[in-house]
Amino acid sequence: MPKLTIDGIELEVAPGTSVLQACEQLGIEVPRFCYHEKLSVPANCRMCLVEMEKAPKPIASCAMPCGEGMVIKTDTETVHKARKGVMEFLLINHPLDCPICDQGGECDLQDQAVGYGFDRGRYGEEKRAVKDKNLGPLIKTIMTRCIHCTRCIRFSDEIAGVSVMGATGRGEHMEIGTYVEAAVSSELSGNLVDVCPVGALTSKPYAYTARPWELRKTESVDVLDAVGSNIRIDTRGGEVLRILPRLNEAVNEEWISDKTRYAHDGLKRQRLDRPYIRENGKLRAASWEEALALTASKLKGAAPEKIAAIAGDLADAESLLALKDLLGGMGVASLESRQDGSAIDAADRAGYIFNSTIAGIEQADQILLIGTNPRWEGSLVNARIRKRYLQGGLTVTVLGPRVDLTFPIEHLGNDATLLNAIADGSHPYAETLKAAKKPLLILGSGALARPDGAAVWAAARAVAEACGLVREDWNGFNVLHRAASRVGALDLGFLPAKGGRDLAGILDGARKGEVEVVYLLGADEIDAQNFGRAFVIYQGHHGDRGAHRADVILPGAAYTEKNATYVNTEGRAQHTRQATFPVGEAREDWKIVRALSGALGKPLPYDTLQQLRKRLADANPVFAQIDRATPAAWGAFGTAGAVAAAPFTLPVENFYMTDAISRASATMAECTEAFVSPAVAERTGTHG
Amino acid sequence: MSASETPAGPATFEFTADNLALAQRIIAKYPEGRQASAVMPLLDLAQRQHDNWLPRAAMDYVAGMLGMAPIRVYEVASFYTMYNLKPVGKHFVQVCTTTPCWLRGSDEVLAACKRKLGIGPGETTADGQFTVVEVECAGACVNAPVIALNDIYYEDLDGPSTEALLDTLIRGETPKPGPQNGRINSAPIGGPTTLIEMAQRNGVKPASQE
Repeated sequence: MPKLTIDGIELEVAPGTSVLQACEQLGIEVPRFCYHEKLSVPANCRMCLVEMEKAPKPIASCAMPCGEGMVIKTDTETVHKARKGVMEFLLINHPLDCPICDQGGECDLQDQAVGYGFDRGRYGEEKRAVKDKNLGPLIKTIMTRCIHCTRCIRFSDEIAGVSVMGATGRGEHMEIGTYVEAAVSSELSGNLVDVCPVGALTSKPYAYTARPWELRKTESVDVLDAVGSNIRIDTRGGEVLRILPRLNEAVNEEWISDKTRYAHDGLKRQRLDRPYIRENGKLRAASWEEALALTASKLKGAAPEKIAAIAGDLADAESLLALKDLLGGMGVASLESRQDGSAIDAADRAGYIFNSTIAGIEQADQILLIGTNPRWEGSLVNARIRKRYLQGGLTVTVLGPRVDLTFPIEHLGNDATLLNAIADGSHPYAETLKAAKKPLLILGSGALARPDGAAVWAAARAVAEACGLVREDWNGFNVLHRAASRVGALDLGFLPAKGGRDLAGILDGARKGEVEVVYLLGADEIDAQNFGRAFVIYQGHHGDRGAHRADVILPGAAYTEKNATYVNTEGRAQHTRQATFPVGEAREDWKIVRALSGALGKPLPYDTLQQLRKRLADANPVFAQIDRATPAAWGAFGTAGAVAAAPFTLPVENFYMTDAISRASATMAECTEAFVSPAVAERTGTHG
Repeated sequence: MSASETPAGPATFEFTADNLALAQRIIAKYPEGRQASAVMPLLDLAQRQHDNWLPRAAMDYVAGMLGMAPIRVYEVASFYTMYNLKPVGKHFVQVCTTTPCWLRGSDEVLAACKRKLGIGPGETTADGQFTVVEVECAGACVNAPVIALNDIYYEDLDGPSTEALLDTLIRGETPKPGPQNGRINSAPIGGPTTLIEMAQRNGVKPASQE
């Protein structure tokens, strides 16, 4: 534990701490461009110079480890002169286009130039200009602004795991780019915009849209996958203009996926802004009273066993509980939240959550991925595995389709019966798992949606138990969900009650006329044409598959428009916060259910969000533990049975379009065009 | 620097059998897991095989051979000036113009190239025979000014001797390497002034003592 003195303050730091980090611990601000907490340290911008006693010249504090007895000064004449010199050189080739630069107002260079820049330039020669690069539909480049901090190179190399950015040429001719013109094909590419300290890499969809000081910032949570990335929603005048990551070391660190960041333009299109009623085969606008009255009459007019409800992937816990309370109170047993037909159930919480937690991945030394592509099903989970891989000593083994995960894998094959072989020890991989200190398996949600899903689930449990994945201090059994609503729905038991129908039963019943009323709570992933002649109530925010078939539409709120609770795949309950108001006459979802209960004459016992949240916490204590992943006790789950020899298939065909919001997004359509379609064309041989 | 500024070159590149064997010997020099260290000698080998320039296919080939991301190879190849990313003439005339050569008359050498070949630095003759470039210190200051022609040094040049040198090349002959003013290696002009007895024993005429 070296002891050192910074600006006369003595402190002791952990070995390996850099001088810059020590300064931060004291709250002393050190300017920097190239240094980034999550990336390697190249020390090439020289902005963080500080004075060290006995050193002949200023030192770069980001790269200097603290040593015993060091005396550091950060606020001396020499330091200021040195930093001013560095700043002057950085500004030599930097254009003075702050007034038209999208980074203006949140630019590191601009901010630090206020502190260390001169009020006029002494450089009278010609500035250099650099050609802009085409990095695809998400990142706009103005390369003349680049100060060569190399953060983007390090980010794509280290975090995203796609080595495409580089510095070509030398000296005056050095340029940052991809050399060969190519879009940055990574599901994390949007973070390049965040790491860029200047306006060289900016967000293309957001270009020239707003200034940061005009934006209202709301801290919220993403729901487009089940990771629950923490986000900040920037709005102006009731419009979501951009989404940025928010630091949460336990979940997404400070990155978000491109879908999380860029799909928000889908919030402006295809929206259901008023209630609709189908008359003579056509939807017509209606008032809330009409729509609720019609819905209530249909619900009243049908026997409880002829009513079913299916909750979608974006449903929040509040509306799930309200709907369950309402329909359950009427005796409806056919509640379903597993739109993909997954065999998972709420038998045991440890069986359906990501027990080791996402941060826990960093302790694992052996990871078995079963029928999943974490890169597309939970990008930040994959980023965490890659982070662990870079630390060394990790083997990732894949059972399922072989995909490029940005790190090397060992491929066991794609035969689901191998699970049984590993569990009974006849497969050599069982020994590998047993020998590992902290083994971990990640079971893809697609593997559970197979016809033999329950058996796969049980087989994975058997592997976990047989190979020591579940111990006192470690639970390496993980399910990686894709739907933000899934864990919350399971926690609330939004599942078929005794005698109720599951998804297949509901669809079958609707076809046969045994189910007369279907209540879709934002369910868009099922083929709605399967509902036969049933009366379909659709509550949701987008005119997607569910709404197309609906007989009555109750317009709800998207995740940016409501205060709601979502439980991520780790079982971590988190709150979204309302950043804008729902469009038109749309309302927060639980309020719609509450209003419907009034129309039915059976008012639910909560009138405020606080009361409902109290009811949530009563229904399941995890909802009282906001932002915490509560460990679950290991129990029995799954149904032991024959696992079919069929290969695993991956559930996500297009990362950029997985839900009603991203399907409505023009940016996501562009990404599909740029990244997914060419790959599909190549695979199927239909290109050219 | 980006790929769009260089010619596309061939679609594929492969080492010849001899070069492949040599490449494997070069790679074997580095410890396991550090094969990327062989990138520079391999690029050099590729350049020698491919008319003294590196097309993108060759860089990709080297990247694949060493398990590197292609961009890492582009970075190296574009950083070092001795990798040519564009085609060059058969005779690659590298005129040193750094201070010692410049003081000793490298301007004259360049002017002679211009007179004889009609091209300035960075240009290639229409027949593709000659490319003239200015280079930084070629490391033969004691014999300044110098031209490095492909791998061979021609030293102690001036205008007329440069023209004579180029004439020889145009005729398709190979000029005599080394000093072009009769000097022996980098011994003093006119002969040795020290260790005279040894020089005489070796049959070298010492400088005349006036």
